Amino acid sequence: MEKLNVMVVGVGGQGTLLTSRIIGKTALNAGLDVKLSEVHGMAQRGGSVVTFVRFGENVSEPVVEEGSADILISFERLEALRYAHFLKKDGKIIVNDCRIDPMTVVIGASEYPENIIETLKAEHPVYAIDGGAIAKDLGNSKVLNSVVLGLAAKHIGFTKEQWLDVVVNTVPPATVEINQKAFLAGYEHE
Amino acid sequence: MSQKIIMLGNEAIARGAYEAGVKVSSAYPGTPSTEISESLAKYDAVYTEWAPNEKVATEVAFGASFAGVRSLACMKHVGLNVASDPLYTFSYTGVNGGAVLVVADDPGLASSQNEQDTRMIARAAHVPVLEPSNSQEAKDFIKFAYELSEKYDTPVILRTTTKLSHSQSVVDLEERVEVEDKTYERNVRKYVMMPASAIGRHLVVEERDNKLQEDGVNFPVNKMEINDKKIGFITSGIPYQYVKEACPNASVLKLGLVNPLPKKLIEDFISQVETVYVFEELEPVIEEQVKSWGYAVKGKEIFTRQGEYSANMLKKALFNANEMVFDKKEVPNRPPILCPGCPHRSVFSVLNKMKIHASGDIGCYTLGAVAPLSVIDSTLCMGASISAMHGIEKARGKEFIKNWVAVIGDSTFLHTGVNSLINMVYNKATGTVLILDNRTTGMTGHQQHAATGKTLKGQDTYAINLAELCKAVGVPNVIEVDAFDVKGLEKILKESVNGDTLTVIIAKAPCALLKGQKFPYKCVADAEKCKKCGMCLKIGCPAITKQADGTVKIDQSMCNGCGLCMNYCKFGAISKVEK
Repeated sequence: MEKLNVMVVGVGGQGTLLTSRIIGKTALNAGLDVKLSEVHGMAQRGGSVVTFVRFGENVSEPVVEEGSADILISFERLEALRYAHFLKKDGKIIVNDCRIDPMTVVIGASEYPENIIETLKAEHPVYAIDGGAIAKDLGNSKVLNSVVLGLAAKHIGFTKEQWLDVVVNTVPPATVEINQKAFLAGYEHE
Repeated sequence: MSQKIIMLGNEAIARGAYEAGVKVSSAYPGTPSTEISESLAKYDAVYTEWAPNEKVATEVAFGASFAGVRSLACMKHVGLNVASDPLYTFSYTGVNGGAVLVVADDPGLASSQNEQDTRMIARAAHVPVLEPSNSQEAKDFIKFAYELSEKYDTPVILRTTTKLSHSQSVVDLEERVEVEDKTYERNVRKYVMMPASAIGRHLVVEERDNKLQEDGVNFPVNKMEINDKKIGFITSGIPYQYVKEACPNASVLKLGLVNPLPKKLIEDFISQVETVYVFEELEPVIEEQVKSWGYAVKGKEIFTRQGEYSANMLKKALFNANEMVFDKKEVPNRPPILCPGCPHRSVFSVLNKMKIHASGDIGCYTLGAVAPLSVIDSTLCMGASISAMHGIEKARGKEFIKNWVAVIGDSTFLHTGVNSLINMVYNKATGTVLILDNRTTGMTGHQQHAATGKTLKGQDTYAINLAELCKAVGVPNVIEVDAFDVKGLEKILKESVNGDTLTVIIAKAPCALLKGQKFPYKCVADAEKCKKCGMCLKIGCPAITKQADGTVKIDQSMCNGCGLCMNYCKFGAISKVEK
């Protein structure tokens, strides 16, 4: 397959890391070369977090650069807007339709932009999902990552079975069943 | 056995140390190096520990090597400053069992206070440096580092950077090779560094440098790729990946040994290529040496000393920059912040209310410098909060620091803060030191330390009592308080900052991210009772946001139930409900 550049972005603590690791492992199991870049330390503390996953026959640099992402997965609307310029012209956006105010907005130093999804749609195909609500209906609002990943998985490639195999073996043992359900809810989302 | 898996650079370094037969490892956590020790601790065959600081860790590695086994010390770049004292002389003594220091630089400042370049210290200390460019090399190079260490009788530095330490790529696992312990023999000329011995060892160090410079030409860690002879790059580490991405047809000399430089190999490369660029992050360490040999290579006149490099950056510098314009949207910043339920927020809310200045230190609490808490006035290095406040008092007198405190975490206090406290006691200082005791090393991701009662391997051990320690060094006034008791803390602070004695206040409450630390409540705001005064927003909790009508809302998935906000609502609009 062609080289694919995926970005997973969100707010520190939302689980971007686990999501990108699942994508990386799925690509590795499919026999591809994989590189994945993570964020640890201070930047994780509630700040804007970005992780990169690249896979294909042969991958050099571990990061995805401006203008070169095929798929942008964002767990929050503002973060999707922040990183949209990393996408190629025909790059797709998978966005969890939720709003988390950064401290700059909370203290009134800046304003949270209106109509983010519409702004993004003017330039890219956008697939929005309320992962939090779906996860809550399933019984655990924390599995929203798996919901969003499920939706993204359809656009990334590989089979449903290949994905589930990794999801089952990566998430905490006590949460396997609900994460599986959450993934499928996203995967089958229209 | 051969098994391909995807591994973090830091995990691969740990795996390589394990495969190389390392028996003893000591470290102090520091981003981006922390996961090396955490990964290595999972191998039963290796003794691993957290030391209180990097100097201690390096001396432990020296001792283990001296006793005849392969040893390791790990740290971040600024940790090497603390470890420099043993390192410079370890270079003179050399090793018995192989010894490696893994040092992680942080170009781009993902989680550090400066962008120093480890290669500069390594050059000054005459210690060889290897630099890998992906996880497989990280594992291979550390194994090679032990061979070098024993063959050339020197400690070796494996230099990594954030992008290598925190990126994952494919690694082929191999079995551990058990290395026979070297016999221990007393050797005063080699290991007792008094002047008469050190004079002799200095000569050995210089000969070793020369030998490594010659032999390095044939080391398998260096690779010459001659392609298009018009343009060539001398590079190493992660920047090699950017060169391959941006200029796949260029010639490349990829150096695995970056100190001392394999001079003949570099000259050979330069002789074959028309225009040679040195592409290295941070300082022009390779470039300046090559230029000093009389070669007109290009480097920092084009490429910055700051931050991380990238393939786009290289393309912009060398090719048509007009095609590299991206439509970056203007959006509000989202800087890192203290977590919901963080006990530091509670302490800072009191300091902010009392308009007290804080001499700060290294840890999550550095985030108390930014709005709306805006409490920290200075951050220099580990332990400096206490000694800097002492300096302020000696400069301006005790009245001047009556609205000041020094703020330091429990792990940082044990790292080097305790020395500064001893200095205050010894030199008759007054003032208030606030130890934020959250029972862990928080910023780096929750590592144990000497006051938590657990070792790196998870075994129970003696837990230093911080209050007793402070009393033992002679602090006349030591007070422990619950970090969430804002009224109690305010009262204690009022007395201590206005007093003429030295006071240590230990504000205790576990880090909100530690397992089992959730409160059994959630806080909810009543829109009817909310008077839109905005006082609760001043504590900077990310769970509290202002709605369009001016009333506040508390995000139930984010709220940790600490109840701090309730202290700041005069109208009783915030209440606790059971989860």
